[in-house]
Amino acid sequence: MDSSSSGASADNEPSSPPAGVPGPGSGHRSSVKVGVLLSRVRVEEKWLFEALDKRGVDYDRLDDREVEFNLADPGAWRKYDVVLERSLSFGRGLYALQVLNQWGIATVNRAAVAATCGDKLATSAALQAAGVPQPAVRVAFTPEAALAAIEAMGYPVVLKPVVGSWGRLVSKVNDRESAEALLEHREVLGNYQQQIYYIQEYITKPGRDIRVFVVGGEAIAAIYRSSPHWITNTARGGVGSNCPVTPELSALSLATAAAVGGGVLALDVLEDADRGFLINEVNHTMEFHSSVSATGVDIPGKIIDYTLTVGQAAREAR
Amino acid sequence: MNALCPECEASLQLKDVLTGEIIVCPDCGVDLEVTAVAPALALALAPKEAEDWGE
Repeated sequence: MDSSSSGASADNEPSSPPAGVPGPGSGHRSSVKVGVLLSRVRVEEKWLFEALDKRGVDYDRLDDREVEFNLADPGAWRKYDVVLERSLSFGRGLYALQVLNQWGIATVNRAAVAATCGDKLATSAALQAAGVPQPAVRVAFTPEAALAAIEAMGYPVVLKPVVGSWGRLVSKVNDRESAEALLEHREVLGNYQQQIYYIQEYITKPGRDIRVFVVGGEAIAAIYRSSPHWITNTARGGVGSNCPVTPELSALSLATAAAVGGGVLALDVLEDADRGFLINEVNHTMEFHSSVSATGVDIPGKIIDYTLTVGQAAREAR
Repeated sequence: MNALCPECEASLQLKDVLTGEIIVCPDCGVDLEVTAVAPALALALAPKEAEDWGE
């Protein structure tokens, strides 16, 4: 063994979530059979497994590289009362959920929720329909039309891919020259979705944004994500600290969750000096490892308790 | 549990890892996926991040 093994080990030490308040399922064996669809075992998945183990739940790990679906015959999939979707891949997760829901198998989240939240334009349309406050959004399908839309909105604006996460390719456009350059670059990117131009009003943030975690019908926790950079994703270096869930923030969060179909969701909220809270994005397979320590809330436990509630209801409806 | 890094052949000793977990080789820095823990520890190069990955 070489001396560098301690480095590898340090990467693998799962830090435990805080003891917190045990979930309602703790200590009781659940008869609900759970499938967990995943790509990688991150800290989040380790904590979810711990929460399942603690509740005595019978569950299977389902690797999204190995699963297959015969549309005419659910086969072994029938044994699951509920499938918790934790794929890193939006495409794999979405299509798995669509097949499972088509078969009548309950999932967290539902396919329709993943379809809405995984696409920024679909999210914005759902928020608009529900009257949830958000930054102004325009959409165009050619660089020329996108440039006209940007000029009409005024600089700066934010240009985002409709599908994507962790802040990838999200661009702040400060002037006409950078708009022309970015639009030209986007035009040559291979994925057709890069030619769907989603243009969002730039909101001047107070050095932070807010992430709210909604599970079922409850806003269970929130963090501030602070960064000197205008992109505040914790995946991009933003630092999390506890944010009080005020009645106002809770009400807006629940209205947002309802607008996209509900379930287990993480909302990115901007604070505008004049308009107050604006919903920026909604995530349907959220990461939460930095938020558990920042808030002291047992987020994985609450996700599992909600999943078991969904599974129990599906089991009783059979 | 011991296994060799498939990239640089460093000998890695790991404990409390689960199949599907990603670790970083401390010698060469490559991302590795734990593909088996029993009967023997097995490591493979981790899949590259795809365009639709995220949360």
